[in-house]
Amino acid sequence: MALTYDLASAPDFSAFLKSDEAGGFRLDLLVTGASCAACISKIEGEIAALNGVSAARLNLSTGKLIVHLQQEADPGFILETLDRIGYPATPYDPNQAQLARDREGRRLAMALGVAAFGAGNAMMFSVPLWAGLFGQELGPATRTMMQWLSGLIGAPCAVYAGLPFFESAWRSLKGGRANMDVPISIGVILTLAISFVETFLNGRDAYFDAAVSLLFLLLIGRWMDHQLRARARGAAADLLALQAPIVHVLVEGREHSRPLSEVVVGDLILVRPGERIPVDGEIVEGRSDLDNALLTGETRPIEVRPGTVCRSGAMNLTGLLTLQALARSEDSAVAAIARLVEAGSQARSRYVQLADKAAAIYVPVVHTAAAATFILGWILGLGPREALVRAVAVLIITCPCALGLAVPAVQITASGRLFRKGVLVKSGAALERMAEVTHVVFDKTGVLTEGRPVLMGATASDIARAAPLARTSAHPLAKALAEAAGPGLLADGVVEHGGQGVEGTIDGRWARLGRASFLGVTTTGEETELWFGYEDESPIRFGFIDLVRSDAAAVVAALTARGISCEVLSGDLPGPVARAAAEAGISHWRAGLTPSGKAEAVEALAASGAKVLMVGDGLNDTAALAKAHAAMAPGTALDASQNAADLVFSGNGLTAVITSIDVARAARHRALENFGFAALYNAVAGPAAMLGLVNPFVAALAMSGSSLIVTLNALRMSRAGGRA
Amino acid sequence: MNIFLMLAPASVLLAALGLWAFSWTLRDGQYEDPKGDAARILAPDVEDRPL
Repeated sequence: MALTYDLASAPDFSAFLKSDEAGGFRLDLLVTGASCAACISKIEGEIAALNGVSAARLNLSTGKLIVHLQQEADPGFILETLDRIGYPATPYDPNQAQLARDREGRRLAMALGVAAFGAGNAMMFSVPLWAGLFGQELGPATRTMMQWLSGLIGAPCAVYAGLPFFESAWRSLKGGRANMDVPISIGVILTLAISFVETFLNGRDAYFDAAVSLLFLLLIGRWMDHQLRARARGAAADLLALQAPIVHVLVEGREHSRPLSEVVVGDLILVRPGERIPVDGEIVEGRSDLDNALLTGETRPIEVRPGTVCRSGAMNLTGLLTLQALARSEDSAVAAIARLVEAGSQARSRYVQLADKAAAIYVPVVHTAAAATFILGWILGLGPREALVRAVAVLIITCPCALGLAVPAVQITASGRLFRKGVLVKSGAALERMAEVTHVVFDKTGVLTEGRPVLMGATASDIARAAPLARTSAHPLAKALAEAAGPGLLADGVVEHGGQGVEGTIDGRWARLGRASFLGVTTTGEETELWFGYEDESPIRFGFIDLVRSDAAAVVAALTARGISCEVLSGDLPGPVARAAAEAGISHWRAGLTPSGKAEAVEALAASGAKVLMVGDGLNDTAALAKAHAAMAPGTALDASQNAADLVFSGNGLTAVITSIDVARAARHRALENFGFAALYNAVAGPAAMLGLVNPFVAALAMSGSSLIVTLNALRMSRAGGRA
Repeated sequence: MNIFLMLAPASVLLAALGLWAFSWTLRDGQYEDPKGDAARILAPDVEDRPL
């Protein structure tokens, strides 16, 4: 079949339209290339001027364009216009999870605002109280009035600002565990209660301002943590939307573009060369070659024809294919592997984060100390009231402020640093696991190697003879051959046989370029190859290899220097794997592995005590990515792999692996330093509170001081840490 | 004492005004697109109000 890339009908994007509040429709687009004020006016001006468009609004920070339409229409013309003015766009589906995250972020910001208001104003009334502590004149009546004012402003703010903590503590208690929010909640609630009692009894010690400022400082940490995750998820979601799973479905001969999730069994799907097979399906028309590299790791394309069942995730290389869907996207091969990933990441969620480890020590120690202060104080004759005040002072002065702030502050600076270097960190826990890595497992195709074929060992005259035909084909091998030959003549009367090769006339002689069987030769080689021949000559063979990335050897050497061992696990044939491993300087390799084989190999490594970092891009890696202690995937990887990975890196090189490990280790170091500081501080402040040496002024000073120190220590990350 | 009774509510009121303003900016979506809002004031022909 000859090439028929362009059907007469343009794709129909109506499925991406959503009805809006005003009775019209809205379309969400992800625009690339917009970066300045002129872009805004150009995009919004051009789109709003289109017929049927009521409004267009571009968000420059996220690159998202919302277009409002008066009535339901095929939005293809909007995409065309954007393309024409130089800002190619992709429709995307803003999902519910993202909206929920936005709401959560807004709620945290509001809680932060309220806590800031409460802390500032409660503090205003506390200053005269503190002055009173230093022997200045402040009558008991005035003091009580100040305390009441401080409490009336501080307490409601503390309750509102504390809600995120109370809720999280309640959830964790219901689950039978105690996270860091439990002592925070107990501390805040007890402090507020005892302060009201003290004020009511005309006592001296009211800690309203301390309770609110404690929440204020903790909320800063909480908000930073949320920002980190929201930014990483947003960026990850954009990456995936750009390699968008838009499916071209044929309905009554016309092509419609649909989101992947709307494909049903029996749909006829059009897959052009260069596109991925969206769902499992049977080919009803067309012949082509499929690149299964991301599915199996094998670099050699396989030939498909009508009747062949192909699995989702494979890349269509040469011919236009019409596919009948055999499964919905949830049931396709990609999704089956995604479920493997889910199962694997449950194992990973058992990882206990540093902060929780610290909480596990902190909670019993501090609460025992507070209880002991109360009981011993009472027994030793302090009276129940004074004993209780001291116990609460212990709770508030040993507040987990430093702990609550220490880790998020470190993680947000570390991930910000990595973000600028093109590495996306999905969560703080990922950074912590990354720091512990002792063994790195590389996938071969697309990770250790470039993932594209390069012509090897052919003579210049052979290349020149085959080049006119090679230039006419979109097949990656032919393209590599054409690239080696440079620009030049094209063959005439070219016909491309999908899955076979191309034929045409060069200088009046009929010639063929394609797989061995297309030229009537038999081959045994396990190499990737292409054959060329004139009709009356014996064919010439061209061999291709997948080049190892130029920085692979340097990265492996740098990893070894850091005491980290390396290994290659591949689904490809032994020959290419051995060569790639040798070139990268890795002595351990295994070839021909199935996806579950890779996962088992990673599990075996973990069982032997290694903390494995898996670096992979293919579907065949996803199970292993999920099973590994930490996982990285390049931005070119399939969405399933990116979902399974903790870190996604863009750019052309493996240096990101080194950078990430270095920054993660530096972050861990800083976090431990902060914990050390917090422990030291508590070791001094705790006993002081027990002995009754702490008053509200000392509490306020010590708390904010310690929080400031851990935050500043965390910010040192942005300068120190990553040498790479 | 009189001056205190005047100034204390005044300062709380001012702070409350600030808090209200913050909550308004938050509800109004003024932190949704900081880059775009900065650029919009430079472009004469586009809508320069936040979302």
